[in-house]
Amino acid sequence: MATEAWEDGLSGLLQSTFNTSILKRESFHGQPFAETTPDSFHAVVAYLRHQQGFDYLTDLTAVDHPNEESRFELIAILYSFEHNRRIRIKTRFAEAHHQQTLSTLFQAANWLEREIFDMFGIQFAGHPNLKRILMPDDWQGHPLRKERSLTDMDQAWVQQHLGIESGQ
Amino acid sequence: MTNQQTTNHLETSEMVLNMGPQHPSTHGVLRLVLKLDGERVKAVECVIGYLHRGVEKIGENRTYTQFAPYVDRMDYIAAVSNGLGYCLAVEKLINVEAPPRAQIVRLLFAELNRIASHLLWLGTSALDLGAMTALFYCMREREEVLKIFENYCGARLTTHAFRIGGLQYELHDTFEAETRAFSEMFKRRLDEYEQLLTKNPIWIERLRGVGILNAEECKSYAVSGPMIRAAGIQWDLRKAQPYSGYDQFDFDIPVLYGADSYDRYLIRIEEMRQSLRIIDQALEKIPPGAIMAKVSKVLKPPPGEVYVSIEAPKGELGYYIVSDGSLHPYRLRVRPPSFVNLASLEKMAVGALVADVVAIIGTIDIVLGEVDR
Repeated sequence: MATEAWEDGLSGLLQSTFNTSILKRESFHGQPFAETTPDSFHAVVAYLRHQQGFDYLTDLTAVDHPNEESRFELIAILYSFEHNRRIRIKTRFAEAHHQQTLSTLFQAANWLEREIFDMFGIQFAGHPNLKRILMPDDWQGHPLRKERSLTDMDQAWVQQHLGIESGQ
Repeated sequence: MTNQQTTNHLETSEMVLNMGPQHPSTHGVLRLVLKLDGERVKAVECVIGYLHRGVEKIGENRTYTQFAPYVDRMDYIAAVSNGLGYCLAVEKLINVEAPPRAQIVRLLFAELNRIASHLLWLGTSALDLGAMTALFYCMREREEVLKIFENYCGARLTTHAFRIGGLQYELHDTFEAETRAFSEMFKRRLDEYEQLLTKNPIWIERLRGVGILNAEECKSYAVSGPMIRAAGIQWDLRKAQPYSGYDQFDFDIPVLYGADSYDRYLIRIEEMRQSLRIIDQALEKIPPGAIMAKVSKVLKPPPGEVYVSIEAPKGELGYYIVSDGSLHPYRLRVRPPSFVNLASLEKMAVGALVADVVAIIGTIDIVLGEVDR
């Protein structure tokens, strides 16, 4: 993607506070984002929340890149009422990684992380109630992973619970 | 219970009550597991997903244009807003702006839809609380809005009114007259609703002090829309980060400080008045000109990612789209206001009475099609 460097006061602060933990500071179509190491993701978000007034977790979501070693990308979209400004903080990690939960910082992260767990199978360490939210509890598989096709279903679940041969 | 446990006073114990998924007051298929001590709620867990259709997965398997009608099926009460948000997000990705005429018409439809959405909310949540008359009044007026939609595009609910780059159709000849007539009539009707409800002692008793979520909690739960404005935060994306030409209009963002169900009701009533103000102004200045910008028929946005959000009737509706340069979005995330707002129910309902839970669900204003996607 054709990004530009993200240069302003906040970007500089992130760099000086977290140094090498900040891997990227870029901007696309005027929307700034920073990438952090997975271990410092929580600390960066906490810093933004408590010190910089980004006290609103607009959204938390993930993207799957199955062919890369760090296959999951976690994206937090933060908003500051004070500055009327939105930024994105991202991190990348492998499937086996357990990412520290943001639910200690934002109540909203509780459901959003459950949805990510449900859809991608990403594990969140320290989450109070990490279980499926949209799919049935005993469903097998995580629908938004790229290896799942649109019509891919847990056929065993469908047969057992719906009493039909196939969901598709 | 054994004999030894039988005493001369009444034994009470905690009870787990299932509410829904087919309960009328849950506005769709929402199931609540309530842990009760008598009539008091000690804990509540929402069970959702009954209406999950995998909208985000479908998005990854359709072209950008093909996906546009699907968004109408999320918040089907405010399909126009869903479509507007999606079109704006894709337009941002391909760096296209809709022509001025299209922008004003979009805004007109979005505001009409806001009124329709709030009307359905008012009617149904009043019905939940036993005020049946309001439902008939609200449905009667909402019908007028739906007729305008129908005359424009043939559909009443899932309108698919907009296209990426502009509008689906040119405005029909009678649009201005119909909308003017509606606006004229609806101003008076709003006063009637208020006469019916605002000072009604039963209405106040049922809503005042029920479902309190203060400003700090609203921020922590990322609650948006009328709920956060009822908690003293005057924040509306139409003013904060104007899109589609909202900055050319003169309107107010209502704010109240009670943070309870009653204030959420008052906020929505006032929002309908403000929507009428916008509609009246917009009708005066629909510019002539094209309704579509130049958009290539085969849409292949360059690699990149954007997050674009709008103020839907229920709160902040956002689209986070990742493009890898192909025909299909690589990832299409919808930030649904209903889903995020509903999470706060697990906080608000604790300590309330069972009957209050109905009032609280009502004033969050959820649509399960959007919660579950």
